[in-house]
Amino acid sequence: MLLNNCEQSVSRRPSGTDRWLERILRLAGILAGAIVVLIVLFLVIEAWPALQTVGLTRFFSDPSWHPAGGPEQGRFNLTPMLVGTLLATAGAIAVAAPLGVACALFTRFYAPRRIGQVHHRVLELLAGIPSVVYGFWGLVVLAPLIAKLQPPGQSLLAAIVILAIMILPTVALLSEAALRSVPQAHLQAAHAMGFSRLGVIFGAALPAARGGIVTAVLLATGRAIGETMALLMVAGNVVQVPHSVFDPVRTMTANIALELGYAMDHHRSALFVSGLMLMLMIIVLVGLSEWMGRSWSRG
Amino acid sequence: MMLPTGQWSDRVMALVVWAIALMVVGVFFWIVADLVRHGVEHLSWQFLTDSPRDAGRAGGIGPILVSTLLILAVCLAVSVPIGLATAILLAEFARADGWLGRSIRRSLDVLAGVPSIVFGLFGNALFSIYLGMGFSILSGGLTLACMVLPLLIRSAEEGLLAVPDDYRKAGAALGLSRSAMLWRILLPAATPGLVVGLILSTSRALAETAALLFTSGYVDRMPESLFDSGRSLSIHIYDLAMNVPGGEGRAYATAIVLLGLLITINILTFWIADRWLGGRITR
Repeated sequence: MLLNNCEQSVSRRPSGTDRWLERILRLAGILAGAIVVLIVLFLVIEAWPALQTVGLTRFFSDPSWHPAGGPEQGRFNLTPMLVGTLLATAGAIAVAAPLGVACALFTRFYAPRRIGQVHHRVLELLAGIPSVVYGFWGLVVLAPLIAKLQPPGQSLLAAIVILAIMILPTVALLSEAALRSVPQAHLQAAHAMGFSRLGVIFGAALPAARGGIVTAVLLATGRAIGETMALLMVAGNVVQVPHSVFDPVRTMTANIALELGYAMDHHRSALFVSGLMLMLMIIVLVGLSEWMGRSWSRG
Repeated sequence: MMLPTGQWSDRVMALVVWAIALMVVGVFFWIVADLVRHGVEHLSWQFLTDSPRDAGRAGGIGPILVSTLLILAVCLAVSVPIGLATAILLAEFARADGWLGRSIRRSLDVLAGVPSIVFGLFGNALFSIYLGMGFSILSGGLTLACMVLPLLIRSAEEGLLAVPDDYRKAGAALGLSRSAMLWRILLPAATPGLVVGLILSTSRALAETAALLFTSGYVDRMPESLFDSGRSLSIHIYDLAMNVPGGEGRAYATAIVLLGLLITINILTFWIADRWLGGRITR
């Protein structure tokens, strides 16, 4: 019950201090809510010069990415970075989604209680490791290992592996919560009907939790698209569309992190255009997960 | 919930799931063991207090610890009041289906998903350049404040919602004013949730790197004021690993310090949530 409803039910008029209190709270709330609007606004303002003089199509049709020459001589093709981001994200999701769901099934159905709790804690700790530490580990341990297979090591493959490790806890912990919210009675009913453990899991538990699991994967996708430091450190950062998983790639986020420090004029503005693209992807993903959550919880 | 096993397909599935679970735990211990093995030899009291020398290859991380704490302090000093007030508004004042409450919630949902490098772009444009703060601890802290707000608000709101409605009814029946009710009853009762929110935000802020690259900057000297640039622990790790040949040893040691801080904080959150809230937030 809300605090104001309680008061209305005893019909007491709010005092002066109370009205001030509410005004201050409202102001803070509006400020907190306005940050996203401010972010989009500043991205648009900064991206505007490039959007106007270079135009949106040249960000996909220019022959290369050499943005330092001004709007005329400069080349503004963001496609390799976009492809890098999408490939790394898709690869990481393809690895982390099944493994994450398996971890959730483990803590929920397979592990004895104590071991399940320990596993849950380990997942939480993994989720808490900073991305720069993952990146450092990827740089000094993972990339040299991959280089033994095929040089240079800093590659799309390294990016996919490190990203998969980073988003796996998100998938696992949220899927586990979704599985836990499936009523025990459902599972017992399925079991009473003679289903084996596998049958209960695939016939009752996973279908009932699918809304939560899809939301978990969407959130993890958002995390993967936005990840910067770890990819900056392991992906190799060469601007190219990769031909194999052993080729180095540069993601949109890494591109911003590498170049914002010295970018001027249209170059800087072009980086804000890529920031705006990232922001749009995130907005679509959040909207999608909200819509899916709603439509599935109704069904 | 444990279910009985059946035919061979069940056994195979069980084997696969156990193998995956073990693999994930294995990766965690691999990372931690690697950091500890290579970093522990560089750790000492002097490492924590000395200034970095020779671009960080020698010396310690004293000024970097100070900058990190200052950035964190700015972040919390700004985000806690705004976050707390918003949480009170959402939990106690704004009707759940009201226009204001709904729009704030939706905007916070998006804010929670904004990539950290986009926060970096935003902070660089607004705080460093438009508001003229340059590369400083202040711009870094303010950028992080925007970033941790959704986390802070959600936990504080959970804490407030965990206070039983009887408290509110009893307060209203006694004729308490809203402000008195808030200060005397609701906030004290919601303290555990607020503390958990504070701790979660702290660890998010400590872990952040990309948002700070272009707001608080790289300078590794001891900061003299909030308007000086200051390097955070996370940026120090990045810089040593990527830009300083031979910096790995100190990078390892710095990573242990950062991870140690975060794990301590994590255990603290777990303990508080378990003790006071019965696991309502962490689970």
